[in-house]
Amino acid sequence: MSRATVPVTLEVNGETWDLEVEPRWSLAEVVRSRCGLTGTHLGCEQGICGSCTVLVDGDPVRSCLIYAVQCRDSRITTIEGLAAGGDIADLMEAFSIHHGLQCGFCTPGFLVLASAVLERDPSISDGDLEEALSSNLCRCTGYYSIIKAVRSVRDQTSAC
Amino acid sequence: MRILAENADRAKILAGGQSLVPMQNLRLARPEMLVDINGIDSASFVMVDSDVLRIGALARHIQVEEARVPGPLGGLLEEVGRQVGHLPIRLRGTFCGSLAHADPAAEWCALLATAKGNVVARGLGGDRVIAADDFFDTAFTTSLALGEMVVEARLPVLSEDWRFGTAFLSRRAGDFAVVLVIALIRVVEEKVAEARIGLGGVSDRPVRARSAEAMLVGERLNRELLEHAGRAAADGVEPLGDLHGTAEFRRHLVKVLVPRALSNAWGLG
Repeated sequence: MSRATVPVTLEVNGETWDLEVEPRWSLAEVVRSRCGLTGTHLGCEQGICGSCTVLVDGDPVRSCLIYAVQCRDSRITTIEGLAAGGDIADLMEAFSIHHGLQCGFCTPGFLVLASAVLERDPSISDGDLEEALSSNLCRCTGYYSIIKAVRSVRDQTSAC
Repeated sequence: MRILAENADRAKILAGGQSLVPMQNLRLARPEMLVDINGIDSASFVMVDSDVLRIGALARHIQVEEARVPGPLGGLLEEVGRQVGHLPIRLRGTFCGSLAHADPAAEWCALLATAKGNVVARGLGGDRVIAADDFFDTAFTTSLALGEMVVEARLPVLSEDWRFGTAFLSRRAGDFAVVLVIALIRVVEEKVAEARIGLGGVSDRPVRARSAEAMLVGERLNRELLEHAGRAAADGVEPLGDLHGTAEFRRHLVKVLVPRALSNAWGLG
């Protein structure tokens, strides 16, 4: 297997990174180990758990299933970018109030996913919201508290 | 195409990567080379061209689901599309990639078989059109030749006298179904003029329940007939058992889900 690296320029959370990466490295590996953004968690590394969800051009994507070299021309937003920009302050608070986390491993993935889901459809129905959140795995909460948290943000926002 | 052809025995096409990359991460697939087609914007079309829906190699699941195709095919694509994985998967994975991957329980593979679609395969020698029945060879294996790729899938647009119904059983939302049924019936003067019943998860490829289909033609559907059809469909399959369901359980599901899909299509409620 070739270990040769290729140059790639990535835009992560509005910052430009000029990197040398192996073509086989996933985006998750690169944002964690090269950009130092370890809020993106790697759980299953096979696209099941959703802990590694990031936004690629605004779409929620499993970053373990996309190679960093595929993201050359894309805008990447990780949990750090969303949190620093204040975009998900209400979601973070709601997760805290409704006990939407315990160990916290899945939380960044859920927050990124939930922010994208509400962005796509701010008045999403309960059923569609549950379906959308079932994309990610949480082994602590039993999901209900996560659903309650995201619902509460939806209800605040769509009431305005 | 040239890169693919020159490296045919060691290269794989990378489209959405929602099946191939997990398989690579699990070391179940170890291609030496990937040919990434994501930069080919002209391959991401979903369009109706006279009576045919044309789906380009790079059209994502969600584009097909939301394509708003006229007639019953549009509703069918929406209903089946909602069963494909989860939102992040649907935003990234591709319709044609799912066909090329040929999972025997894949929703789009069963749809292609039921709706009598075609696949356009391209190699250096040119294009050829492969009918659904000739495309799926066995599990994860298609009749694509080395160096060929799927450039387009085609589905005939359904006239207004067609009705559809689906029935799925999966362990969790977003999983591949253990068994899935897609039923299409053409109803003329309140009788079935044509019937197609596609099954996923019961064989090494998507199959049609032809004996059950034949029982319906010329009939008005009622509960009793649907139960007969379900039993005929169940008798006609030889499912394999695995961790997700024994062969016996899958056969039982066919017996239950075929009437349910047909009932949804006919409108028995």
